[in-house]
Amino acid sequence: MGNKLIVTAAPHITSADSTQKIMQRVCIALLPTLVASVIIFGVNALILTVITVAACVIFEYLYCKLVGREVAIGDFSAVVTGLLLAFNLPSTLPWWMPIVGAFIAIVVVKQLFGGLGYNFANPAIVGRIAMAMGFAGAMSSYGFPQGVDATSAATPLSSAAQGIDYVTLLLGNHGGVLGETCAITLIIGGLYLIATKVISPTIPVTYLATVAVLSLIAGKDPIYQLLSGGLLLGAFFMATDYVTSPTTTKGKLVFGIGLGVITCAIRFLGRMNEGVSFAILLMNLVVPYIEVLTRQDRLGIAKVKKSKEGAAK
Amino acid sequence: MSNKPSKLKILTNGILNENPVLRLVLGTCPTLATSTMASNGIGMGLAATFVLLCSNIVISALRKVIPDQVRIPCYITVIAGFVSVVQMLVKAFVPALDSALGVYLPLIVVNCIILGRAEMFASKNGVFDSALDGIGMGIGFTITLTLMGTIREILGSGTWMSGLDGLFPFLPDGFAIQVLPESIDPFTIMTSAPGGFFVFGVMMAAATWLTTRPKKEKTSAPAETAEGGNA
Repeated sequence: MGNKLIVTAAPHITSADSTQKIMQRVCIALLPTLVASVIIFGVNALILTVITVAACVIFEYLYCKLVGREVAIGDFSAVVTGLLLAFNLPSTLPWWMPIVGAFIAIVVVKQLFGGLGYNFANPAIVGRIAMAMGFAGAMSSYGFPQGVDATSAATPLSSAAQGIDYVTLLLGNHGGVLGETCAITLIIGGLYLIATKVISPTIPVTYLATVAVLSLIAGKDPIYQLLSGGLLLGAFFMATDYVTSPTTTKGKLVFGIGLGVITCAIRFLGRMNEGVSFAILLMNLVVPYIEVLTRQDRLGIAKVKKSKEGAAK
Repeated sequence: MSNKPSKLKILTNGILNENPVLRLVLGTCPTLATSTMASNGIGMGLAATFVLLCSNIVISALRKVIPDQVRIPCYITVIAGFVSVVQMLVKAFVPALDSALGVYLPLIVVNCIILGRAEMFASKNGVFDSALDGIGMGIGFTITLTLMGTIREILGSGTWMSGLDGLFPFLPDGFAIQVLPESIDPFTIMTSAPGGFFVFGVMMAAATWLTTRPKKEKTSAPAETAEGGNA
């Protein structure tokens, strides 16, 4: 009998997925959108994306070297941040501006707070918001698709442009930032991530469902609201960031609903066209509280806890 | 602190070791509000320094007379008197600064630095020491505001020391040093509240590192943090 009882500490189930593999899958999921944006907005989209990604990786490398931290550019997280940040930029942006955004995203939001896993909010989102407020003019001069002579409005969400049909929205042949216009490739990328279990569908589904329901209540076209603006990009790729989203299913439901409510509040009641990035930042900030309130009871402890509470009353 | 710190130490204490804004975290409200431009920082710093110096002297001189139970109202009365003096002087001689600082000039009355130094230092020490402390703290406040204003103004507006002509009449009208070329869009978030907090946080980190780092052991890490916000 060669069988031995081996006792080890938890966790006993290990996964072959490393940070690197997960991040690579996110990059793969983002590739179709990158291709689509290059087709829609021209080669400037590719140049901007390359600059942003390169700036993110270089800042990560330099900061890690300077503080003597282990250089973590091999895990691809800086590449993902760079891609997401680039997808939030209009194609007309001057080439040096993404470098400022990359600095804020990587150094200020991520590395100053301790690196990957310690950032309080999604680096790409904060980079985008800081740029949107800092370079207000350049960041809101949305690029228009190549070959279109006249486009009526900057983004389908602005009130003057309510006439775009669903096909145009799906194909992304309208004004906006690089990675938000082509709904089809975003949905494909999101489904790929869900299929490869990189993200759980809970957050995107609750987020999108909340927006749809609130659009119906507000008397807006829900499909139009879902397909336009940065909603799909935010729901699939930015709100699902492991570090800045809750871990339990209950928490993810709360998180998704909160995102939907804030997004709709900004879109329908506010003066701005778009609210996805602010919704994600605000919900990122309350994640620690969601985590505390939705903490799972440990197996077998629940009953004892309840009786204790009863006794306390 | 030793029982009897030297006069020089009292004077230099406020500049870095006990910098009122960066180390004691007092008076952060006027700091964030008036550091959008370097020239505003200088003006605010000088006005506060004057009040700080005068109120420290008077409160220190009256410290045996003021009853302990009602000391706060007494301090406030003294401080308010000097703030009124400053306000009248500024309104009369540098009206440009008055309009730039707006409500923050009369609000020096409730500036925590001044009340804080009255409570922590002037009420326990002699007149001369209190005067030195007031000057030191005032210089520290002025340097901090000017530095913050410099960073925020250069990044947020691309200029430096614009509006200094209002402070010093001998300078030509519309005086400003263009630091960034005008073709570069300034990062306007730096002149609004979030940019103020960015710079404030980074400068606090730098000041903490400068005062608490182990002596003679150079680590480049937090220095990069300090440069971080400037870029």
